[in-house]
Formats: sequence, structure tokens, C-alpha cells
Amino acid sequence: MSAEHIHTVEGRALPLRGEDIDTDRIMPARFLKSITFDGLEKHVFEDDRLAIRRANQAAPHGIGHPHPFDAEEYQGASILLVNRNFGAGSSREHAPQGLRRWGIRAIVAESFAEIFFGNSLMIGLACVTASPSDVDKLMSLVERDPTAVLKIDLKAGLCQAPGVMIPVSIPDHVRDSLMTGAWDTTGLLRDNYEQVNAVGAKLPYLSGF
Amino acid sequence: MGKTLLQKVWDLHKVRTLPTGSTQLFIGLHLIHEVTTPQAFDALRQRGWRVARPDRTFATVDHIVPTRERQRPFLDVMAEDMIASLERNCRDFGIPLYDIGDDRQGIVHVIGPELGLTQPGLTIACGDSHTSTHGAFGAVAFGIGTSQVRDVLASQCIAIEPLKVRCIRVVGRLPRGVYAKDVILTIIQRLGIDGGNGYAYEYAGDAIERMSMDERMTICNMSIEGGARVGYVNPDETTFKYLEGRPFAPQGDAFTRARTWWQSMASDADAVYDDEVEIRAAELTPVVTWGVNPGQSIGIDGKVPLAAGTEQQSVADALSYMGLRSGQPIAGMKVDVAFIGSCTNGRLSDLREAAGIVRGQRVANGVKALVVPGSVSVQKAAEREGLDVTFRDAGFEWRDAGCSMCLGMNPDKLEGNQVCAASSNRNFKGRQGSPTGRTLLMSPAMVAAAAITGEVTDVRQLLGQVTAGVR
Ligand code: SF4
Repeated sequence: MSAEHIHTVEGRALPLRGEDIDTDRIMPARFLKSITFDGLEKHVFEDDRLAIRRANQAAPHGIGHPHPFDAEEYQGASILLVNRNFGAGSSREHAPQGLRRWGIRAIVAESFAEIFFGNSLMIGLACVTASPSDVDKLMSLVERDPTAVLKIDLKAGLCQAPGVMIPVSIPDHVRDSLMTGAWDTTGLLRDNYEQVNAVGAKLPYLSGF
Repeated sequence: MGKTLLQKVWDLHKVRTLPTGSTQLFIGLHLIHEVTTPQAFDALRQRGWRVARPDRTFATVDHIVPTRERQRPFLDVMAEDMIASLERNCRDFGIPLYDIGDDRQGIVHVIGPELGLTQPGLTIACGDSHTSTHGAFGAVAFGIGTSQVRDVLASQCIAIEPLKVRCIRVVGRLPRGVYAKDVILTIIQRLGIDGGNGYAYEYAGDAIERMSMDERMTICNMSIEGGARVGYVNPDETTFKYLEGRPFAPQGDAFTRARTWWQSMASDADAVYDDEVEIRAAELTPVVTWGVNPGQSIGIDGKVPLAAGTEQQSVADALSYMGLRSGQPIAGMKVDVAFIGSCTNGRLSDLREAAGIVRGQRVANGVKALVVPGSVSVQKAAEREGLDVTFRDAGFEWRDAGCSMCLGMNPDKLEGNQVCAASSNRNFKGRQGSPTGRTLLMSPAMVAAAAITGEVTDVRQLLGQVTAGVR
């Protein structure tokens, strides 16, 4: 079992503004009713997208900005740009699974909610953080030119875009996991079974106190 | 230098430091349910692996089960599929399952404690963010995703980063009509919904020490709504008394030995914390959320905030979704639905408290009110006390156990843009099953009050009436 080694992520980006975007919005609960993750890419932000489509239809001239996940210019993007506390709430892995299946390979945020961050790492979806002003810089750049190609270099801790270079942070263990393929942890956790059993054996509650 | 409970539990369960620097942590108890596990079992099957510790893995069904008409197959084909899949997985891998029809079925965070599975000093994992609930017993309990569920099934371990500890002391006496729910909503409002990122929250102080296990569970349950993946209370006599005699709790001499060990796991008096916060209980009031995350809340006497300052955009967005105006008092907001239940407030003491408010009253015209006990055991205990009759007489629906309208994965959903007074834990957009549904979080007593009057109501006023004679 060897997982992909991820050193860089390169591609077009999709800016999604807003703070505290929770996993109920990323993947509404009704799409969790399945025994596989297949097809989740179709339902990313479904309710938010629908609400915007409806509002646009009701608008007097019928034109407003579509939801970024619906906007033609962002189709095929692989880097998601978001603000503070992205992925708050429910631990549903269906949220990062849906994003990854949609094509997202890396997320640049001001900050992440902890469980979402961990779940993303578990599926090799690179999450890095940058300062609010740098995130805004990237968002504005992509909004002006959706064809701009961004490159995130995990080792250097940099995100490069035409005419800008910004520092991004990534905890050491995350960087190492992604770069060495250790983000697929099961094999690693299973290969020292004796040591695991030894820990289990000394726990009072597993041996009748 | 003293240690915190978190450090003690961590040290005891640490297997090794992984090459990446993360900790390989042994999981003492793994709780599973139908929604976040099918893909994990599939991964085991694909790789030909067995479950490492089926003896430390327990399953139930809660998220998608109907709360009436529970005969099989369920009307909802996809729900039936998920339950059938869990049944097959538990059979194939030798895991006990508390299924529909079993007296032990219920919301995973309600049954773990009831059965005595949840004990001090354990590491507990479950594919659900409210696993923090179990911290009420002095366990270190994590919510995990499906890939980590796979890891725990396959190895009984997870790879995780160490956490800092913030001690939150709640001191003094809570005024009448102010409950554990109001305490935790206040903490989240003050520290922020991402304030707990990277932290475990240790809840301490005399107000917490006086609380029952049910109340402590309400507090720990919502740690994650403040961004803290783990929340806990140090084990004490209240904890031990709760556990004594429960099916999976140690019995006889073993209980005496366990108690000594449990006591030793509590944070030392000279433990050093990464941060400390104090909350004065006497200043608290009943709290209601006005927005679309659990930190957007105000006291019942308060007014919906202005969209101003750095949060202008998110406040304006929340107000427009909720259909509220800046400056409007929250009291008096009309509600369409009242929901009492969930892993936050679906236990017996919650139902008793709410029943005390509705006894002899009627649900307001046009309000749909339902009570969904957190487990079959809660349901039966409540029925023995006649609480079902109290609720039914008042016009509430009395349902079977499950998550129900907390997340609307079963037939219990809001419709259109209904406003729901809810004793659950999340008011995210679309949370209760309608993409435009609106949720107001509050204590079960406040939900009961709203059901009776048809609008957001200060429960302290009704409690006043109760003392004046009704009771
Ligand atoms: S009651 Fe709600 S929050 Fe609790 S486990 Fe069920 S769905 Fe999750």
C-alpha cells in the first residue's frame, strides 16, 4: 500500500469567500445516506448553490454572480481559497471527500476547524494556511483572472501566483505525511501490533483493574 | 509539577511517536453507528483485515432511524440499506450491535454512558464530532472521520497531534431557569466557535462540581461547537455514583479498585494549564441563538446585534437567513416547531425539566412539538414516570429514540423556512433537514416554554408561575 507523495499542488483556483463555513453546508446531511462516497462531488455546497440560483432567477434582470462552484470560469480548479475556520462542525468526512472528488487537491485558508483539517489529511487533501491579507490577495487575483495558475510548494512553504509569492504555513507532521505518503496511516498503525498490544495490556480497565 | 487528566490519559495510551511526529494513540473504546462506518468496513474487506479489538467496539443505530413506524424494512430504502449494511458488518466482524428493537438502542453518546461503557481514564473514539460528550466522565473522547474509523477498526489506534488544555472554571451558583445548556452556549459565545482550536477544554469550578452527570454531558457535548475536539470534567463522587451498577461498569471489589484508579486520573491540584478562563455563574441568563452558528447567541433579554465591525458580512448574512432585523428583541420571535431531544439534551433529566414546564399547559396553536428521547432506556424511564402522558396531554408528539430532527436524516425534518426552537446543538443553515429551515438553540426548558407560548419566551417567567401555584 503506497500512497501518493505530494510535494506540490499546481492549478487554477476557486475563491469562496465567507467565514465559519461548516461541513453541513459543504455536504448537507441527506447526501450522507449512502454506503459509499461515490458521487459526492455532485453535491458539494448543494444548498448554497441552489439558494443562489433561486435568488438569481428571482432577480429583476436574472443576472447575479453564480456560486463559485457553479461559475464556468472555475470549473476544473484544483485549489480552493477560503477564509477563517473553514470546515467547522460535523466530523463527516463526506465534506472533504466531496471536495476532493470534485477536483480540489489543496485548500488555502486563514484557518481550519480541527476535525476537517485532520480528515483532509487522511485523504491526501493538502490544507495550508496564510494570513488574512494574503488570502485576500490570492482571492482578488483569481477573481480578476480565473485562468491564473497557482502553485503551492509544501516544502518551501510558499504559494506562487502570477506576480505574487506568499508564505503558507503547514504543520511539520502534515508536510511530512503528505510528502512521504504517510498520510495513509493505516499501514503505519498496524505494523507494530505487539507494541499496541503491550499498551493495551497495561491499561487497568482492560485487565479488571 | 502536576499533570492534567489529559496528559495522564495521553501518556498511558501513547504507543509511540510516529516518523511524522504525530502520536500513535491507543483507543480504549470505539463506538460506531450507521452513517460514518460503511466505507471504513469496506476498506477492511478490500485489504483482507480483521477488526483489531471487536471486544472494545460497540455499535448502535441512531442517525437515520425513523422515530415512528420502525418496522422493517424501513419505508426509506436508503436508510434500510445503511442499517442492513451495519448489521452485516457487525455480524461479519463480530461486533455487538444494539439495533432497532433492542432496549439498549439509542444515540451513541447517550447509550455509552448509560451502559457504563464510558468510564474515567479511557480514550474513546467515534465517527461523530459530539464524541466529546463522553468527556463528562473524565475520558478523553475524540470525534473522528471515516478514514480514522478505518484506522481504529484495523489497529485500535489513531495518529493524532497532542492538544493544549484550557481550564474553564464556572464559579458560583446558577440562577433559577439557567441550565447547563446556557452555560455552554455562553462559553462558546465568549470564546468563539474556533476559540478551542488545538485545545481540550477542562470544565471545572464549583458550579460544574455540583452538576449531575447529565448536565456535565450537556456541557462536554458542545465543546466541539467551540472548536475544541475534546472536553472533559474530572471524575468525582458524582461520576462514581452514576457508574455503580451499570452493565459494563466494574462490579464488587473491581469497582473499589477502579474507583481508586479513576480518582488518580483527575488533574492534579498543581496541574499547569495552557490557558485559564473564569465564568461567573450568577451573571448568566437563559441563552438563545439568533444566527447560523452556535456562537451567535444572546441572553433572552437581549437584542439581535447590529451588522457592524469586522463581522459585518457574516452577521448580515446570518440575519438575512434567519429573517431577523438588527436591534429586534429575540424574545417574542414566533416559532413553528419545538424539538426536545438530541445527544445534547435528550436525557431523562432534560425531559423531566421540560415536562415540569408543560404540565397542565397546551402547545400553542399551529406549533408542531415533538419529544424524541435520546435512547430506549430514557424513553422507558420517562414512560414509567408518566412523562409521555404529560407531553402528550399538552399536545406534544412522543417518539422513539434517535437523532431525529437534530440533523433531519430521517423523516423528521423542518419544512420550508420554518423556525424551530431546538434543544440540540447546531443551528447551521439547513441543519434540520430543510435547506431554508431556521434553528434557535436553547435549553429544553426554554423549548418547552416556546412550545406553550408559540414564541421565544423567558422560561424564568413560567417558572415563576409554577411556583405560584400550578405545581
Ligand atoms: S443527536 Fe445530533 S449531534 Fe447528536 S449524534 Fe445525533 S445527529 Fe449528531
